[in-house]
Amino acid sequence: MAAGAKVDVVSRVLDQSESGIMTAVLRVPTVLRPALGGVATMQVEGATIGGVLSELSDAYPAVKGQLLNDDGTLHRFLNVYINDDDVRYLGGVNAPVANDDEITLLPAVAGGASG
Amino acid sequence: MLVLNEQQRDAIVATCIRALPDEGCGILLGVNDGDRAIVRHVMASENVLHSAKVYEIDPKMLLRAYRRADDEVIDVLGVFHSHTHSEAYPSPTDVAQAPDPQWHYVLVSLRALPTQLRSFRIVDDAVDEEEVVVS
Repeated sequence: MAAGAKVDVVSRVLDQSESGIMTAVLRVPTVLRPALGGVATMQVEGATIGGVLSELSDAYPAVKGQLLNDDGTLHRFLNVYINDDDVRYLGGVNAPVANDDEITLLPAVAGGASG
Repeated sequence: MLVLNEQQRDAIVATCIRALPDEGCGILLGVNDGDRAIVRHVMASENVLHSAKVYEIDPKMLLRAYRRADDEVIDVLGVFHSHTHSEAYPSPTDVAQAPDPQWHYVLVSLRALPTQLRSFRIVDDAVDEEEVVVS
């Protein structure tokens, strides 16, 4: 099922030049690569960051729950950037994605003596 | 094994002392050479949680660290942070939030002098201390 979903993503990426759908480049951190097909970068599409992450979660079930919460908000321990900007300051999951944007995912680095 | 020079070790400890009473933190960049991780840069971060009990690396600094590693074709080796009143050993919070089995987790204890600096790998919730070589 996952493989079929990936093909679907690719086919839509190939169609984008005709349909005008925005595509962006996603940079995948090493820690998420095993769950996202082992690649360092991939093309993604979507009008908003929430849309992109939702589609990724559908295409790669292994990352489901690591990107978005059940209510569709951004996971607390995931940093998402569009180009150089943290999407939390761009509207969160509603942050708009433009053509050729570079989206970077980085798990938050946190801890401490006690929670 | 984590390899760093005296200046880098002092930069880590100084970052943690400056952050008092909060926990201090930062990112380590460098290269992996066999079983040795050799530190090239110590990048201090603001603890955006401003807490003596928890820390989080400033997300903007984290992105800068990854970009710098890409630019210099080196790796993000790991993270350091301080425990202000407990030993230099990963807490349950540290273990639960350790994202990357490849990383080196450096802990500095400021509980007593001399300050203590230790380094750990954390894989599948298992904590394994590694040797720190100051050259």
